[in-house]
Amino acid sequence: MLGYLIRRILQMLLALGVLSILLFAWLRLLPGGPVSALLGDRGTDEDRANLEAALGLDQPIYVQYLKFMGRIFHGEFGPSTGVRPGYDAMEIFLDRLPATIELSFLAMLIAVSLAIPLGYLAASKRGRLLDNGLIAVSLVGVAIPVFFLAFVLKYYFAVKLGVLPPSGRNSIGIEGTRVTGMFLLDGVLTGEWDVAWDAARHLILPALALATIPFAVIFRITRASVLEVLDEDYVRTARAKGLTSRVLRGRHVLRNALIPVVTTIGLQIGALLSGAVLTERVFNVRGLGQALALGFETRDYTVLQVLVMMAALIYIVVNLIVDLTYAFIDPRVRLG
Amino acid sequence: MGIPNGPRTWAESKKKRIDTLAASAGRSGRGEGAGDGPGGPATGEAGALKGAEGVSLLAAAWRRLRRNAVFLIGAAIVLVFVALAIIAPWIAPHDPAGRILVDQIRPSNPIPQPQPGFPLGGDSSGRDLLSRLLVGARQTLFVGVMATLGGLSGGVLLGTLAGAFGGPIDSLIMRIVDVMLSIPALLMAFTIAAMFAKPTQWTVIMAIAIVQVPIFARLLRGSMLAQRRSDHVLAARALGVKQAPIVIRHMLPNSFGPVIVQATLVIAGAIIDAAALSFLGLGNPDDRSPEWGQMLGKAQEFFNTFPHLAMWPAACIIVVALGFTLMGESLREALDPKSQR
Repeated sequence: MLGYLIRRILQMLLALGVLSILLFAWLRLLPGGPVSALLGDRGTDEDRANLEAALGLDQPIYVQYLKFMGRIFHGEFGPSTGVRPGYDAMEIFLDRLPATIELSFLAMLIAVSLAIPLGYLAASKRGRLLDNGLIAVSLVGVAIPVFFLAFVLKYYFAVKLGVLPPSGRNSIGIEGTRVTGMFLLDGVLTGEWDVAWDAARHLILPALALATIPFAVIFRITRASVLEVLDEDYVRTARAKGLTSRVLRGRHVLRNALIPVVTTIGLQIGALLSGAVLTERVFNVRGLGQALALGFETRDYTVLQVLVMMAALIYIVVNLIVDLTYAFIDPRVRLG
Repeated sequence: MGIPNGPRTWAESKKKRIDTLAASAGRSGRGEGAGDGPGGPATGEAGALKGAEGVSLLAAAWRRLRRNAVFLIGAAIVLVFVALAIIAPWIAPHDPAGRILVDQIRPSNPIPQPQPGFPLGGDSSGRDLLSRLLVGARQTLFVGVMATLGGLSGGVLLGTLAGAFGGPIDSLIMRIVDVMLSIPALLMAFTIAAMFAKPTQWTVIMAIAIVQVPIFARLLRGSMLAQRRSDHVLAARALGVKQAPIVIRHMLPNSFGPVIVQATLVIAGAIIDAAALSFLGLGNPDDRSPEWGQMLGKAQEFFNTFPHLAMWPAACIIVVALGFTLMGESLREALDPKSQR
C-alpha cells in the first residue's frame, strides 16, 4: 500500500516535471510567442528587443527554464502579460481557484445526483421506452457543444425569461464577507443568506451547462454497470433466497455497481476543468476557466503555463485519491 | 469473481475498455495485456465468425449491423452529410464567400433577415447563411476526419511499437502516453492550439489530433499484447516469419475492428472540439470556406439578438456528431462478443 502510494507519487512528479519542460519549451519555441501577442504587427524591432529583454526572453532557453524553476521554488511564478498584467501567475491562480471549485462541485453534484438514480432506473427498465429515452438524452448531451448549451440556457432563462442572472458571480451591491472565496459557501458560513441566495442564483445556469457531459457519461456507466451486476450469480441467488428488493437493490446491486462509477467520477474532473474554460467564459464567471480562456486569447504564456500545470496537478491528485479510496471501499482491490 | 466489468482504478479504466475492444478483434489469444479482463476468451459470435468459411470480419459485421436500427440511423445521417459535403458547391444557391447582402447591413441591423432567395438570411458579413451551411459540411467533415486520421496514425504507430516490442521501448512510450493523459484532453487541445500565434485550419487539426494519440496508442498496445502469445502469431513465428511481417501482416489487421470503432467515435468528438476552439478564438480565422464550428464561434456575439445565426450551425454539428456516435456505439456492440448473449 505504502509502496504503491510512493510509486504513484513518483510517477506523478515525473509526469509533472516532463510536462513543465514541454509546456515551457513549446510555448517559447513556436513562432509568434508573447512578444508578437503583446505588440501585434505594429512594434518596431527595437520595441521587440526591449520587450524580450524585459521578459527575459533573450536568454538561452535552458537558462530561462532554470530561472523559471528557481523562481517557482521561491513562490514566484512570473508576471502575467495578458490576463492581469503585472500580477503573479500564482496569485491569479489562487484568486480564481475558489470560483471554479464552487462551480465544478455544484456541477458534479447535479450530474451525480441525477445520473446514478436515472442510470439505475434505466437499467432496471432495460429496453423499455424510459430506458431508450434516457439513452437518447445522454447521447444528445454528449453531442451538444458545451458552450452552445451555455448560450441557450443563458438566452432562455436570463435574457428571455429574466428569471436568473445572465453573468457574473454576484449582483452589484450584494457583497458578502469573504471567507473562502466561494460566494455561496461564504454566505452560508457567515449567515448572510441574501448573499448566499444571490450567489446560488448566479451559479445555477453555468453549473447546469457544465453538468451535461459528466451527467451523460456517469449515467451510461451506471446503467452498463448495473446491467452487468444484475446478471451476476450472486444477485440471482439473493433473489432466489427471497431477499426484499430493497435489500437487494441497496446491498447487492448498487454497491457493487458503483465501483466503476466512482472511477468515472474521478475522470470526469478533467471534463469539468476543460468545460469550465467554455462555461465560465459564456457566463463571465471570474474563475480559472475564464482566466485560461483569456490566457489563450492574449497568449499569456506565464499564466497558461501555471494554470495548465495546476489543472494537471488537480486532475492527477484527485484521481490518485479516487484510486486509493478503492482499497477502503472494496477489499478485493489490491493496489500494487 | 463478483466484480462487475468496469474500471476500478484510474489506470485500469482505460486499460479495461481497451481490453474489451481488443478482445472484440475476434481473437482468442489472451496475453498479459488482457490482465483480469472479464470477457474471457473471445468465444462469442465474433470469434466464431472469424473462423467461418471465407466470411471476412467486415462482411460478418455488416450482416449483423444491417438489421440494427441504431446503426442504420447513424449511418444514414453520416451518409447524408458526406453526400452533402461532396455535392454542396453545386446545390448551394449562392457563393458561400460572396458578400451578396452586404448593402443590407446597418449598425441598427447587423444581420440580413431571411428573404426570397435567402431562406435563412445572411451572416454578419452579408453572406448567404444557407449556402454557407451546405458548403460548411465539407470543411467540417474534413477537419473531423483529418484530426482523427492524424491521431489514429500517431497512436497506432506508438501503440504498435510499444505492444509488439515491449521492454524499454514499451516503457518509454507508455510514460509519454501517461504524461499526455495527465492533462484533461480538451484543455490540452486548447493549449496546443494556443501555442500558435496565428491559427490556421492545420493548427486546429493538429491540436485535436495530438490529444487522440494516447487513446489510440493504448488501444493498439492492448491489442498487440493480447495477440503476442496467441496461436496464429506463435505459428507464424514457428514458421520463421520475421518480427516486422508478423506485426504488420498478422497482428495489425486484427486490431482493425476496435480502431474503426474508436475512430468513428473520435470524429464526433473532433467536430465538437473544433467548435470549442473556434469559440475561444483559437480556430481558423480564414472564413472564406465556411466550417460549422467557426460559424458557431462567430455567431456568439449575436446570440442574444440573433440566436438563429448560432442555432443552424449548432444543429448541424449536433446531428452529425450524433450520427457518428450512433454508428460508433452500434459498431462497438456488433464487434463485442459479450453483447452477443
